Amino acid sequence: MILDKLTARLESVQEYEKEPVPASRHKSWRSFLGMYAGEHTAGTEFVIGPLFVAHGASAGDLIFGLLIGNLLAVLSWAFLCAPIAVKERITLYYKLEKICGKHLTVVYNLVNALMFCFLAGSMIAVSATAVGIPFNIPMAELTDWLPSSLSWVLIVLVVGTVTTLIATLGYEQVSRFANIASPWMILVFLAAAIAVLPELGVNSIGDFWPVAESKIWTGVPLEGQSKFTFWHVMFFAWFCNMAMHIGMADLSIFRYAKSWKSGFTSAGGMYVGHYFAWLASGILYAVFLQNSQNSLEFAPGPIAYYAAGITGAACVIVAGWTTANPTIYRAGLAVQAILPNSKTWKVTLIVGLVTTTAACFPALVMRLLDFVALYGLLLMPMGAIIFIDFYFLPKLGLSSELAEKTGQKINWAAAGTWILTLAACLFINFSFGVEIFFLGLPGWFVAVALYIGLSFLFQPSKQLNPKLS
Amino acid sequence: MKRTILGILALSGLLLTLLPSTLVFAGVISAPVNKILMAVGMLLWFTMAPFWIKRAK
Repeated sequence: MILDKLTARLESVQEYEKEPVPASRHKSWRSFLGMYAGEHTAGTEFVIGPLFVAHGASAGDLIFGLLIGNLLAVLSWAFLCAPIAVKERITLYYKLEKICGKHLTVVYNLVNALMFCFLAGSMIAVSATAVGIPFNIPMAELTDWLPSSLSWVLIVLVVGTVTTLIATLGYEQVSRFANIASPWMILVFLAAAIAVLPELGVNSIGDFWPVAESKIWTGVPLEGQSKFTFWHVMFFAWFCNMAMHIGMADLSIFRYAKSWKSGFTSAGGMYVGHYFAWLASGILYAVFLQNSQNSLEFAPGPIAYYAAGITGAACVIVAGWTTANPTIYRAGLAVQAILPNSKTWKVTLIVGLVTTTAACFPALVMRLLDFVALYGLLLMPMGAIIFIDFYFLPKLGLSSELAEKTGQKINWAAAGTWILTLAACLFINFSFGVEIFFLGLPGWFVAVALYIGLSFLFQPSKQLNPKLS
Repeated sequence: MKRTILGILALSGLLLTLLPSTLVFAGVISAPVNKILMAVGMLLWFTMAPFWIKRAK
């Protein structure tokens, strides 16, 4: 009986994968504010903030780098992604199918789903560091890549299973959970950081800046870590969600928005999560380093537990969930675009299994900054293709959504753009030593130029192919 | 009326999450007391907020 009810509930989950979202399902900006604030005040924030400390970012570079980088990210959501989302009101995957053709979209979706799985996996791993506290399991170090113990794997499996079950219930459930948890999480981040400040020697507001420069963000990287400058911080803040804004993955989210201006609600996520939460978690990590004489052990759960007790540990778990949930959901959408006849919840369940397996490897957490940058870079060219296809191709006398109009399975202009852009980024990286954090910017302009050029090359002229007009 | 009471209790949860940490910073309470108060705040928020938000809608 209960199983029948649950199945009926799951069957009724309707996410409009192949049709525009109807007006009755449009959501106000408040839904997105809660979702972005929740999603970006998350498990990864407990990792990224400390990694800035480990990479020796100085206090000034961090404060101003994050300020500008986050502003650029918000503008990217508001002016690049959201306007297209509310005009089209379809998922990223359906839009890509129209432009790139079914076969290329399948390849994109596979890459995308895999990246989402790894990202969600890192969040599950972060949650597991908190769940593991009562069991006193050995935690991984900054240099670890492989699982350190069987108990670690078991805890990751439990956390991953619960997260996946929640994600199978769809966007509504995820949004509701995130909305309730997000204001509390934000306050826990702040409270934990404020409570440990006296341990660093901050006893008045005036003490903060000198301590920040000398004990928290000292400008000196930990052993084995590269040095981060202002530019690293700024570009990381801008591009860490590159796949979502410039890469257009959030077309799938903003298609529910009443207005494109909802894109500005991403500021809730950026300035609360990617600013205050990163600063707060950096402070917590500085206290850990001070108490442990610069130990290389890296486990957000115990760090938060030390600062805020059971609430801190719970916050790490919930923070991991609220980000892993929509990420698994997005990965499910990506796979469902490949298997359109399958049920959303069944696909999400499979994606959750892959995610949980990936979460067992600490490398996902320890190299999170590099992974996040790579993930954005890999998917960015498709965002540039959508942008040019939507705004410029018709003005240049070329046809937009070519694959849908011609019935092509692969739009070779798009395929060439994707491959050659990544090859160009690789070339810039190897030849000029430009780090992965900076490649997104030249890469976007390369993608734009390539897509326009290759469209002229590959599109049949309208005179020759009347089907296009 | 019930909604107001739920709202007050839920918001008290958030207040108990943040306020004690400022008292630790000011040297008024100890870190262990702060942790207990934060736990109470967490319980209040997660037990009251879902019903409060549901009623508000």
